Amino acid sequence: MTEISHGVPAGRVGVVRDTAGPARAGFLAKARDLLTRSPIGTVGGLILLAWCMLALLAPWVAPYPPNKIDPALIADPYPSAAHWLGVDHLGRDILSRLIWGARTVLTVAPTAVLGAVVLGVFLGLLSGYRGGIVDAVIMRIGDTLLAFPKIILYLIIIAKFGASAFNIIAVITLSSAPIVARIVRGVTLDIKNRDYVAAARMRGESALFIMFVEILPNARGPLIVDFFLRLGYTTIAIGVLGFLGVGLPPPDPDWGGMVKEAYGMIFVWPHMTIIPALAISSLVIGANFLATGIREASLDG
Amino acid sequence: MAEVLSFEHVSIAYQHRTGRQNILNDVSFTIGEGQALGLVGESGCGKSTVALAAMRYLPRGMLITEGRIQVEGRDTAPLSDAELSKIRGNRIAMVYQDPMSSLNPVMPIGEQLTEVPLLHGETDEKAAFDRAVRMLEEVRLPDAAAMMDRYPHQLSGGQQQRVVIAMALMAEPALLIMDEPTTGLDVTIEAAILALVRDLRAKFGTAILFISHNLGTVARVCDRIGVLYAGRMVETGQISTVFRAPSHPYTRGLLGALPRLKGGRHRGRLRPIEGTITAADRMRVGCAFAPRCSFAVRHECEERPIAMIDMGAGHLARCARLEAVRASAAQDGVAEETTGSANAAAVVLSVRSLSKEYKISSLFGGKKGVVRAVTEVDFDARAGETLAIVGESGCGKSTVARIISGLLDGTSGEVRLGDVDLAKVQVDERPREVRRQVQMVFQNPDSTLNPSHSIGYALMRPLRMLRALATGDAKAEVAKLLAQVRLPAEMAARMPHQLSGGQRQRVAIARALAGNPGLVVADEPVSALDVSVQAAILNLLGELLEQSQLGLVLISHDLALVRHMADHVAVMYLGRVVEYGPVDQVFQPPYHPYTEALLKAAPTPDPDAAPPGAVLDGVMPSPSEIIVGCAFASRCPSRIAGLCDTTPPPIRRFGEHRIACHLDLGGEVQVPVAPGALTGMRSSIS
Repeated sequence: MTEISHGVPAGRVGVVRDTAGPARAGFLAKARDLLTRSPIGTVGGLILLAWCMLALLAPWVAPYPPNKIDPALIADPYPSAAHWLGVDHLGRDILSRLIWGARTVLTVAPTAVLGAVVLGVFLGLLSGYRGGIVDAVIMRIGDTLLAFPKIILYLIIIAKFGASAFNIIAVITLSSAPIVARIVRGVTLDIKNRDYVAAARMRGESALFIMFVEILPNARGPLIVDFFLRLGYTTIAIGVLGFLGVGLPPPDPDWGGMVKEAYGMIFVWPHMTIIPALAISSLVIGANFLATGIREASLDG
Repeated sequence: MAEVLSFEHVSIAYQHRTGRQNILNDVSFTIGEGQALGLVGESGCGKSTVALAAMRYLPRGMLITEGRIQVEGRDTAPLSDAELSKIRGNRIAMVYQDPMSSLNPVMPIGEQLTEVPLLHGETDEKAAFDRAVRMLEEVRLPDAAAMMDRYPHQLSGGQQQRVVIAMALMAEPALLIMDEPTTGLDVTIEAAILALVRDLRAKFGTAILFISHNLGTVARVCDRIGVLYAGRMVETGQISTVFRAPSHPYTRGLLGALPRLKGGRHRGRLRPIEGTITAADRMRVGCAFAPRCSFAVRHECEERPIAMIDMGAGHLARCARLEAVRASAAQDGVAEETTGSANAAAVVLSVRSLSKEYKISSLFGGKKGVVRAVTEVDFDARAGETLAIVGESGCGKSTVARIISGLLDGTSGEVRLGDVDLAKVQVDERPREVRRQVQMVFQNPDSTLNPSHSIGYALMRPLRMLRALATGDAKAEVAKLLAQVRLPAEMAARMPHQLSGGQRQRVAIARALAGNPGLVVADEPVSALDVSVQAAILNLLGELLEQSQLGLVLISHDLALVRHMADHVAVMYLGRVVEYGPVDQVFQPPYHPYTEALLKAAPTPDPDAAPPGAVLDGVMPSPSEIIVGCAFASRCPSRIAGLCDTTPPPIRRFGEHRIACHLDLGGEVQVPVAPGALTGMRSSIS
């Protein structure tokens, strides 16, 4: 194990390093290993896990129905024993809305990121392995997408096709895929010159086999880290879309939408804005911590 | 004589959360003024830790648990950081393996050199500058004054290492520590650097601690040697004594495992050291080498610590069975001679006039030039025989290997396998039968196997792709392949990182054999391995050649290895074959001057070997230069002015043996067919 781990340049750590764990160890064993190795990763994982549990158990743990309006409560909307996080300007329980809102963000964000990874992996492998004109075309299209201000892109597409979960997923997949493709392309350019790829060519493997069986498994380290980082960014993006009013249509709770609705009253009832904003932050921080933890664990294994 | 560096019973341990691990164990030695001690041992034996400890530069977590390290009579343990850093700059200097890690890439080397005296008390910048120029002359860099303005990347690897040595000597240190200073360099450049180190040592009286894995290199510069094994000094003494009468079984093993330049052994078995070093060996109470030693007796070797035994004249060995070992004759490198193959072996592969060119175009598409990686190369590879291609880095030998195996395509010429010409057919276009016939073994054991797939999978795929076996049959065949390369069948379930470098290289050989090929191309198959492991792999290749009618094309820079393995040799320089023939004839006069220079430069672990004398100057021209005459003319010591650099050399034939040279070496002379400006060497089809 030490033979590989010594002298691996830091930048490529994820590529080679990933092999240094116990071979074919079960997923659980690997996860446990990770938890003991990186405290920061553990914290991140716990935050994400907590939100997932809340979202999953929303019908049972949410104290009130999320859309139940009670104008009587607006007289004193602040946190109280009955409403732990207070109520919003329509008298809806903020905690319940956050818990139900977690369901949306936790389905939309991972699905969008997964879409970006699938598309990005395919384009990146193709681009890196084929090179030449294929590479040039794919990467220039990607650059163009990246150069375009994202928010404007979102607004154009959603204004044209309407605000729905599917459209949000599609637009985020499209705008993130080029970044994933770049990562995969970089790893591919490095790995395609390794001797084991030459050996695969010499026994007559197809290009698809080499890309997906010989190269891709060695990119899983950086890809997993990127997945969680991207989960954080996507959470922010969904929040921004909600705040701009092109998120998920009301009245279903949406964290970004909650910030937007209460934003006008920020000087009167600040908690209505700040609490959903904190919820977004916690999810982003959780995802970032977990990504950092995975990277750390793969560094000093 | 004053002692410059002394280690007295030094033990160093690495302290981690769960406990301590010994790194060095009771290491003692002294280096006096002007003396040179060579430290040798396999990777992981603790050589570099000795160097770091001498500088008191140990990484965090490593502590000196016992013993004393003295520099010029001063114990370094109580010194403060400030005092230590004074010693490091002024009294001890260090040269590492990779010169680029010691040179600042954005600073001209002149500035980097002048900095040294300025930091150590010199105030006059002009004086410092002049000293730097003188020092560059001292390390024999051409045009020293102009060199001062160059940046490191403008220098060749050998020149960079000279600059680093100059920088180390600028502070006039009492001790120079060199950690594998020539490992990355070509033999001719290595020989020049080693000669330089010898001369500078004589001139400045600097003591040297020279760390190397190569016994031959150590023999060139040092007068004493220390052999380290698993963190312990197992034998030390004068080099001539130790090499003539090695007394520790491990030293004997190291010397026995080396292929030698002298005398054709023709793939006779080398003596590898059985087994591998394990982490547990460092912690043993008794002899760390006992598990691998054929002399070991349990109660004598393993139960108590073993002291160094003095055999007189400063020759010490740490062995409980010393008398028994010394009573038995030191085994020579080869136990058994094998019979050479019959001469009439069938030609499997014939290469004719093979060339490879790369066109470089400038940014705006205009043609800028042509790089000729390979020019008009001819040779044959025969069934059951080894053809070795030898030459320094950049000579085109790997390009030839990659064209044969189809990873690159040739520009012109033929690579004939049976009736098919493969020169322009890359592997992806080769029919399955042809792919099966030609397989390859790669150099780097770290990248030869996919870290994501098990050994079994790595062997299964070629069986299925090349021999179209069903999964069940392939599984049975994997076990057979593993047995063929002397690995247990359980290996199939392992992942590459669980194997040692030698084991991985065995798997790579098994993978190449999976399709029952007729020809295997091996590109430096053992150069990344330790000597003892290398011997085992060479033995394995030798056995495989005997058993089957496999042809082997062996690419190597190591002449001793080529001498040991090859039946025919092609010596390449700047993309051309300058000498070709049966191994016995190539390694005997008449030589091509380049072959002669390579042979002289090759380090041999022989204390009686004369120093190589004049070694080659200069560097290989760039392959994009247009060569009118002989490619070697710019560096040839016997160049005939006005002829060698203007006219392509004629081919001199001695039967199968041929040399491309203007010198009157005899033989049947054959003038090049097309003496055009660009034709380096051209020989007709034999």
